[in-house]
Amino acid sequence: MLQDKDRIFTNLYGAHDPGLEGAKKRGAWHLTREMLAQGPDWLCDQVKQSGLRGRGGAGFPTGLKWTFMPKSVGDRPHYLVVNADESEPGTCKDREIMRHDPHLLIEGCMVASRAMRAHKCYVYLRGEYIAEREALEKAVKEAYEAKLIGKDNVNGWDFDLYVHHGAGAYICGEETALLESLEGKKGQPRLKPPFPANAGLYGCPTTVNNVESIAVVPTILRRGAQWFAGFGRPNNTGTKLFCISGHVNKPCNVEEEMSITFRDLIETHCGGIRGGWDNLKAVIPGGSSVPMVPAEQIMDAHMDFDTLRDLQSGLGTAAVIVMDKSTDLIHAIARIAYFYKHESCGQCTPCREGTGWMWRVLEQMVIGDAHHDDIEKLLDVSKQVEGHTICALGDAAAWPVQGLIRHFRHEIEDRITQYRAPRALVQGHTVAAE
Amino acid sequence: MSDELFKLNIDGQEVEVPRSYTLMQACEEAGAEIPRFCYHERLSVAGNCRMCLVQWHGAPKPIASCAQTVGDMRMNPDGTPPNISTKGDYVEKARNGVMEFLLINHPLDCPICDQGGECDLQDQAVAYGRADSRYELNKRAVEDKNMGPLVKTIMTRCIQCTRCVRFAAEVAGVEEIGMISRGESAEITTYLEESLTSELSGNVIDLCPVGALTSKPYAFNARPWELRKTESVDVMDALGSNIRVDAKGDAVMRIMPVINEEVNEEWLSDKSRFIWDGLARQRLDKSYVRKDGKLTAVNWGEAFEAAKTALSAPAEKIGFVAGDLIEVEQAKAALDLARAMGVQNTDCRPAGASYGTDGVRERYIFNPTLLGVEEADALLLIGTNPRKEAAVWNARIRKAWLWNELKVGVIGEAADLTYDYEHLGDGPDALKDLFQRDSEIAEALRNAEKPMIIVGESVLSREDGDAILAAAHDYALEIQAIKDDWAGFGVLHTAAGRVGALDTGFVPGEGGADTAAILSGGMDTVVLLGADEVDLSKTGDATVIYVGSHGDAGASKADIILPAAAYTEMAATYVNTEGRVQMTRRAVQPKGDAREGWAIFRALSDVVGRTLPYDSADALREALREANPVFAGLGYAPGAAGAEALKQKISSSGSVAGGAPFAAAIDDFYLTNPIARASKTMAECSLQKQGLETVMAAE
Repeated sequence: MLQDKDRIFTNLYGAHDPGLEGAKKRGAWHLTREMLAQGPDWLCDQVKQSGLRGRGGAGFPTGLKWTFMPKSVGDRPHYLVVNADESEPGTCKDREIMRHDPHLLIEGCMVASRAMRAHKCYVYLRGEYIAEREALEKAVKEAYEAKLIGKDNVNGWDFDLYVHHGAGAYICGEETALLESLEGKKGQPRLKPPFPANAGLYGCPTTVNNVESIAVVPTILRRGAQWFAGFGRPNNTGTKLFCISGHVNKPCNVEEEMSITFRDLIETHCGGIRGGWDNLKAVIPGGSSVPMVPAEQIMDAHMDFDTLRDLQSGLGTAAVIVMDKSTDLIHAIARIAYFYKHESCGQCTPCREGTGWMWRVLEQMVIGDAHHDDIEKLLDVSKQVEGHTICALGDAAAWPVQGLIRHFRHEIEDRITQYRAPRALVQGHTVAAE
Repeated sequence: MSDELFKLNIDGQEVEVPRSYTLMQACEEAGAEIPRFCYHERLSVAGNCRMCLVQWHGAPKPIASCAQTVGDMRMNPDGTPPNISTKGDYVEKARNGVMEFLLINHPLDCPICDQGGECDLQDQAVAYGRADSRYELNKRAVEDKNMGPLVKTIMTRCIQCTRCVRFAAEVAGVEEIGMISRGESAEITTYLEESLTSELSGNVIDLCPVGALTSKPYAFNARPWELRKTESVDVMDALGSNIRVDAKGDAVMRIMPVINEEVNEEWLSDKSRFIWDGLARQRLDKSYVRKDGKLTAVNWGEAFEAAKTALSAPAEKIGFVAGDLIEVEQAKAALDLARAMGVQNTDCRPAGASYGTDGVRERYIFNPTLLGVEEADALLLIGTNPRKEAAVWNARIRKAWLWNELKVGVIGEAADLTYDYEHLGDGPDALKDLFQRDSEIAEALRNAEKPMIIVGESVLSREDGDAILAAAHDYALEIQAIKDDWAGFGVLHTAAGRVGALDTGFVPGEGGADTAAILSGGMDTVVLLGADEVDLSKTGDATVIYVGSHGDAGASKADIILPAAAYTEMAATYVNTEGRVQMTRRAVQPKGDAREGWAIFRALSDVVGRTLPYDSADALREALREANPVFAGLGYAPGAAGAEALKQKISSSGSVAGGAPFAAAIDDFYLTNPIARASKTMAECSLQKQGLETVMAAE
């Protein structure tokens, strides 16, 4: 269990002053100038050594990502773009950082910009985040006034930060769709390659990072890469914000050590599962887009990237959605499927057509008005979506469905059997279809 | 991008392609067929249909081959070239899935769809789709959108490939088609559901891989397999776009573009494409003679007798004026007859024009060639609006501006040309200033490797026309636009028949009168060869003989009408503005009694006792080639071969008159010739352009 002295986000719950004075008391903006003076290679190297993996869902090593930027600035400026379009259902970690610890983010933006030789940073905020925008803009103003950022600032690296407010589309959290949206176009993902590090915002080298990934960097540098790497298991290091929702006694946001077991996480911070551990049915461990894991597999699993990958799921954003035995899993997944159908950008065929199809079939399955072979068909359709699309939204829409069928196929079968038992050959479409 | 070669192993076959190739091109190089919907070689890559998926062994997912640049691919870990499969279960399953998704919300109304029989979705569903449907839910329906009088929409059929969106934004230069909403609610629509403000909007019909965008005038008229297809040449502007005339029985049902990279790429202007209903209206299908002030239908014999009487006037009292659509054969036969009768009053140019008489062809053709604009680095347009006068070429200027950073300057009307340009002035004054001028485009022209100076033909009909031509040419010499391998000076014509007629020598003979003089009274007999764009109000008492295909201005003025074939009804030679000699083919028979123009004059020559020395079209063309060897080079545009002749300074007696700004050559793009004025579709477009309610919209 993480001790208080090792917490990075010491104002996660907003108990203290989120302003500059309060942040400085908690350690922010301390030695920033000295860190920046170490230069890009040292910065990237430290972040690499800390083992920090991207906190936005994919878990790509952050330090390595930074090194993809060109080693010197040519005729195109470099940009850092911070993805604060936190829209993954279940996830609510970045908003707490922006509301209560915004200076950690701003400082992180500056350090990361130095590491990739950028003088400008854009924070792309989710459209629904009004209070977060106000808090962040206030903090940015404070930082400008204190000459911590801006031109000729006290930290010795010219740096401008712009907060851009999105219009509320899930797809704009996809990094290239975010860039399109930031450029003022319709938020639709771009084809890759070229990757943003080569041609990103306005065609210039750009790195897109999650809020949490950026906000932890200054503390890592202040306390040393080894300190951060000391938490968790190899390749899954550091501390991590978990957002636990659903059927636990005390849902919460909490910073914990990576690789903590599910049981410890829930017992320590959430007051246990509602109705006891025997009442646990399944868990979606990383936001709505990762497949669910049934109770017996998740209970003692380490909450980290590699363990959950081996369970055919993922850590994602660490938005842990706990479902007890009262949950209608088919309904839950149908609701998630509706979300993806609603948020698909419509650009490429499999996602545009497949998300709606999957949702409608699932809605039928919720009441059982389907055929047994529809399950296989649904699985096949989800596989026709997965991996065939421009961006990962297709995968995100397909995985929850696959997770449901993988672990709870029998529930769907039962539902269908139950529904059909009194209605055999009465349903018009049943007769017609056979 | 580097064009170093890159090795690939495609379906077990090793191929080497330039690194700039896409994987799709590489696969085609290896002989594999890759299905596609959104990919189009003249548009940017969208990669959204996902039909072109192939397998890259070692990659976690199938690859969209249209969007994968070969140069970005990695070698296998052991250093061997990447292995690509375009066949096999893996790829077939992926394509099969995409195909299924495309079809679940497609109405499958092929039996009532105009695209049926030439539909990409139909063809590829047969080749790559499932035999049955697993989709048992309701299909999506999408409301149709209004896209004006040319493009019919049945948006439920749309597969959101965005070809039309990209065409409008990239080629046509009007960002007026877009996709609204998202996910399965995504719909393609035009801005505020109005027709495109582009002269090229009909091309979206060809681009649409399904039946979502079809031709409104052609709707439900024919099936592609019923049509007789004849490749020919368009005469709506002076570009000579290559076309295919599709006919059923004796009616032209539609006109489509044929690819010619040097002329029209694969685009066609709306006028060229939708003119065809004009070929069946207002036709002169009988001979007429005016009796008691009223035109009366007569037979050929009677008409010729009347013409003989009219042509017995003294030679100096007879004039021949050729119109915009005249074909070379007719011009030649008419000219030969005129000269045989001793008539010197012959002209094919608009009233006021004085160019084309010094025997130097390069001074009236478009020397840099249409394709040349893609090589040019700076372009100066003098008194021309290519968007209206040569819409398809305008798209090519836009292409060069977009991709080659071509700099454009304009002297004349400051119209919206779909690309940025520097406006140097409205009239010839700006041309005089150009030598000293200090501006971006002036500098670009001076420093250009291949500058291009284009003069609109309408400028040459001004009083100071030849002085302007000379001044523009002086400027071209000054900035070294004429090199051994580059002839950067030319005239952009608007009439399809002009260059050909000039090449036959259809200009005033020794002491002869020009168009303005012939039409300003004093003649006993005026012969109009489809001349409808000239001022006929001052012909006085002259007997007017009209030879042409449509009842328009000329015919209503005429005393004798000899009906001629239109361009789709004969094999005829046309020379485009570049001096490129091309031939039309006969797609349908001439209407009623109408005959090919040259045959009319050949018969007439018999009647008047001056029999012409040829009695077949072949013999006539032989005579043409003898008189002017340019007619021998079919399909050939001289281009830089004319540079030598252009190095000579053009002498001009007059001087640039000064202030009067260049007037627009074309007021109404849709109504520039008698065929267009007979077309209901063109009338719709014209009304629409003026913001008036159209008949179709009211229906």
